Amino acid sequence: MSEYMTPMQRTLKTMEFCEPDRVPLFLLLTMHGAKELGLSIKNYFSEPEYVAEGQVRLQKKFGSDCYFGFTYAALEAEAWGSDVIFIDNGPPNAGRPVIREPEDIEKIQVPEISECPCLQNTLSIVERLNKAADGNIPVISAAVSPFSLPVMQMGFEGYLDLIYSGSPLFDKLMKKNEQFCISWANALFDAGATAVAYFDPLASPDIIDSELFRRTGLLTAKRVISKVKGPMAMHLASGRALPAIGDISETGCTGVAVSAFDDLAAVKEACYGKITVMGNLNGVEMRRWTDDVAEAKVKEAISAAGHGGGFILTDNHGEIPYQVPDSVLYAIGKAVRKWGQYPLD
Amino acid sequence: MGKISVLIFNYYKINLLSMRDFSAHGEGADDNKRLISPDLDSMVDALRSVDRVHADRIVKESCNSDSPVLCLEKLIVPALEEIGRLWESGELALSQVYMSGRICEEIVDTMLPPKDPQRTSHPKIGIAVIEDHHTLGKRIVASVLRAGGYEITDYGHGISAADLAETVIRDKVKIMLISALMLPAALSIKEAAAMIKEQQPDTVIIVGGAPFSFDSMLWKDVGADAMGLSAIESLELVRRYTGEVKE
Repeated sequence: MSEYMTPMQRTLKTMEFCEPDRVPLFLLLTMHGAKELGLSIKNYFSEPEYVAEGQVRLQKKFGSDCYFGFTYAALEAEAWGSDVIFIDNGPPNAGRPVIREPEDIEKIQVPEISECPCLQNTLSIVERLNKAADGNIPVISAAVSPFSLPVMQMGFEGYLDLIYSGSPLFDKLMKKNEQFCISWANALFDAGATAVAYFDPLASPDIIDSELFRRTGLLTAKRVISKVKGPMAMHLASGRALPAIGDISETGCTGVAVSAFDDLAAVKEACYGKITVMGNLNGVEMRRWTDDVAEAKVKEAISAAGHGGGFILTDNHGEIPYQVPDSVLYAIGKAVRKWGQYPLD
Repeated sequence: MGKISVLIFNYYKINLLSMRDFSAHGEGADDNKRLISPDLDSMVDALRSVDRVHADRIVKESCNSDSPVLCLEKLIVPALEEIGRLWESGELALSQVYMSGRICEEIVDTMLPPKDPQRTSHPKIGIAVIEDHHTLGKRIVASVLRAGGYEITDYGHGISAADLAETVIRDKVKIMLISALMLPAALSIKEAAAMIKEQQPDTVIIVGGAPFSFDSMLWKDVGADAMGLSAIESLELVRRYTGEVKE
């Protein structure tokens, strides 16, 4: 058995396609910190010290190998001027879109990160977590891709209509969004993020056909990732990755998050030596797992993708639902420590 | 990572196990050996290429304008079924399913306008997105149902469980399709379903959305009668239930 490693050492080792002491576990808990602190979700997200404190407590409690310096996906839509709708038991929704007619694309201004309190809050969270980590725990954050952000900026239907219309407004929107995404991701790295997820559900062939993606979102991803100063992982947020691995490997990303519907072993084989695979526990189903089921699911994932490193165990969506009880999170952590020790056999 | 996620988007991922109780696929059906007429083949190609002009031309050349229902039955619905099958097998993306539904909806609206008696002679059908604000799934299902000749009442999105139940009871909706994107919204269907069933036990509740595709037991947990994990499945379920429920 390998010598004990810190979460940072463990993560870096696996990303070098070598076997660390055990499989790293990223429990991406965005809302459970509110429970820890006895706060509502809205109140929890209102102050950076709350989220940072929540992350520190959760990491200690469940033995995750990262801090998650992320609040909610609608944050970036909020920065562009969209409404955000908070609920009591789940992530905030993006509300009324800022682009109501395609022509609004000409008018919208790229937000200045320093002038957006919501973005500054997240940067403050990342700074606090970086300080708490002291180089021993990776601080993960996320930026929504310029290609997927319009779903929140203008609604999914309006965006698909725009893509298929062939209007030059699509290119104008990508240009503005790329400018913002590069600035935002770099700001996260400046604040102390170790890695940033490039959150691009529309990159999945479940959502956009591969040919269209190659002419649009793939070009965007290449342009953005090449201009960001730190490692980015392509996150398809439950969308299948396997049919798109060839395209994803061209983007310059260092990791890819895999769907519960993907064949994890096949994805690992396609990625090995090039991209670290992250996945693929089913977060929705997780809320009713027993200890035995949690252990079986963890064991199955590690068996499929753990050999040789290049694998981080996490959920398939990038956010574990608020309804998942602590007992399941404990069981997952316990199972990783039982079945994830290298060598696996 | 919340919101747009899936709409993730896996709204329409088929789960055969969960469909055993009410599968709309007939016994002995062999989807892979389905016969496709030349017109149908061309229509499917036009739809997957998102070629409105070609699709419209095929319909004009293939269908008798005096028999819109026959055109639905022989060309448009089978083409959408084929699109649904291609999506389920991973050969098409959600964006192509959406655009196919839009194109067919527009074609059918010209042949069989809303309120046409041939379209409206069925029990009242409603559709809504509960709690959530992402409407793509609802839009696709509504388009496919309308393309299938059904008149649908759209009750919007972001509607609470209590308001939804009140509306369904007030309007005496007989088949209610409820879409949810996020798990909390899906769980809130339980409250709505209980209220509806208490007042109108015969109302059929069909659910769909990402949480249901990721948890094959969830539709039973929330008290639904069925789940449609694709727009085509929803159409098949509506066709089945319209023959069973009383107007």
